[in-house]
Amino acid sequence: MTEDQVKQIVIDIINEIAPDEDTSGIKSEVNLRDQMDLDSMDFLDIVMELRKQHNIEVPEEDYPQLASLDSCAAYLTPKFNA
Amino acid sequence: MPTQALDNQHFEVAIIGAGMAGLAAGIRLALAGKNAIILERHNASGGLNSFYSQAGRKFDVGLHAMTNYVPKGTKGTPLTKLLRQLRIPYDALDLCPQNGSKVSFPGCDLGFNNDFSFFESEIARAFPKQIDGFRALAEEVRTLDAFNLGSMPISAREAVQRHISDPLLEDMIFCPVMYYGSAEEHDMDYGQFAIMFRSLFFEGFARPLDGVRVIIKLLQDKYRSLGGIRKMKCGIQKIHTSGSKASAIELDSGAIITADKIISTAGAVETARLCDDQPADAASDNIGQLSFTETITVFDQQPTDFGWDDTIIFFNTAERFRYARVDDKLIDPTSGVICFPNNYQYGDGRQLDEGFLRVTAMANHDKWCALNEDDYLAQKAYWYDELQKVTLGLLPKSKLDLNSHRIAKDMFTPRTVRKYTGHLNGAIYGAPNKIKDGRTHLDNLYLAGTDQGFLGIVGAMLSGISMANLHVLQGD
Repeated sequence: MTEDQVKQIVIDIINEIAPDEDTSGIKSEVNLRDQMDLDSMDFLDIVMELRKQHNIEVPEEDYPQLASLDSCAAYLTPKFNA
Repeated sequence: MPTQALDNQHFEVAIIGAGMAGLAAGIRLALAGKNAIILERHNASGGLNSFYSQAGRKFDVGLHAMTNYVPKGTKGTPLTKLLRQLRIPYDALDLCPQNGSKVSFPGCDLGFNNDFSFFESEIARAFPKQIDGFRALAEEVRTLDAFNLGSMPISAREAVQRHISDPLLEDMIFCPVMYYGSAEEHDMDYGQFAIMFRSLFFEGFARPLDGVRVIIKLLQDKYRSLGGIRKMKCGIQKIHTSGSKASAIELDSGAIITADKIISTAGAVETARLCDDQPADAASDNIGQLSFTETITVFDQQPTDFGWDDTIIFFNTAERFRYARVDDKLIDPTSGVICFPNNYQYGDGRQLDEGFLRVTAMANHDKWCALNEDDYLAQKAYWYDELQKVTLGLLPKSKLDLNSHRIAKDMFTPRTVRKYTGHLNGAIYGAPNKIKDGRTHLDNLYLAGTDQGFLGIVGAMLSGISMANLHVLQGD
């Protein structure tokens, strides 16, 4: 799986958990929280869906790795390909 | 599944109570794919906020108004957060904003609606010398961290008096804030005050046309659609303990179930007393003292036909507003809340078929529960009339003859509250000391709901969500 595919997976999850947020112009390198109305409860849901849909585990201490789409891709791609 | 069939079953999480908090916690756990069960003593969900049928007519209990109302698309507020966490679309709640409400004290009325600037203008009109102080208070409340007061006073009375020097205005601000959620007598925690103030005045009131059952049904359906298990008429006799852990739950039927974690919405003291390692009188210093009564009158006309346009009226007729346990009487009729569920902007020509007038006042639990059946009914009839007298004294005089338009009436008392909520003392708002982190004396038993400290319907749901997140889903 490529980093772009992983980014799309994260965007799909955000669309699912926060249907009222516009994800079309999202910037990869900018923190998700600075572009959208997401809080820590929403990040918990991103983690929850990664586990449910893709069997990817993100331990709590690694939550900061999900800050931006770029950091998500860097952190999650090896897990998807493991 | 009959209760017996539950015997020896194991769940990842057991939730005690199918009120707003329990259902919301259940939805969060079901969303995460947890094997959870909700256990409810009664045959109806909703807990403090429920409804019942009498002669084919449905009556709401609890909900006068849903606080925390914000229009669709408003970001970062409690209502928006909770809908997202439960994955329920905004429109499903059918929230219709209030017409307008007021606080009515001797010689002074203050109107408010879902636009805070109107309330501000009312205070500027009635208390011109206090308006700067009020604005400073509002700004402080807007930005306060309700869960970490830092150097601020803990007493809300003290905190408010730093800004407001007129005791009448102070009481008029406290009256609605206390009536809609304070478990404490006379004063409140300033953080709790801030949460309530925001939910009433910065946000606002709304209601679905069909009342609280719309919200309960949404939660139930969501939980069920995710595969969640719920058992009604399934009271809990005991929580067995082993060392610092809850080891099993014994149901009224005698069946035993086990769970890795338990979230209880039964109340702080009530939950402690279920545990077999605690004495029967555990935590007796944290039992709520405030209980309430409510009369409901049904008319064959809309309230506006009588000239009654307000949505909610918070009233006090005494010199000082007293929010405390009623000592010497069954009911304290000098303050209360009048609610017209008809007076919301339902839109599209929609309206309730009949007119409803609900009046809430503080009542003495022990005195009501000590009455024998005949006296109980006689006292209900007497106090119904007394509360109507107070109410009609406050409302504009109607040209219509009320008696010929009244088609039904009912009343609940602290005895009713105790029976249906299990709250000791019939204390609607639960224990005065809230347990904000939801922790108990046992490692795997947590509290959610009224006694965790989020108030109102939206608060109760947020409590269920945040406790499920914090204690089960985070770091899972």
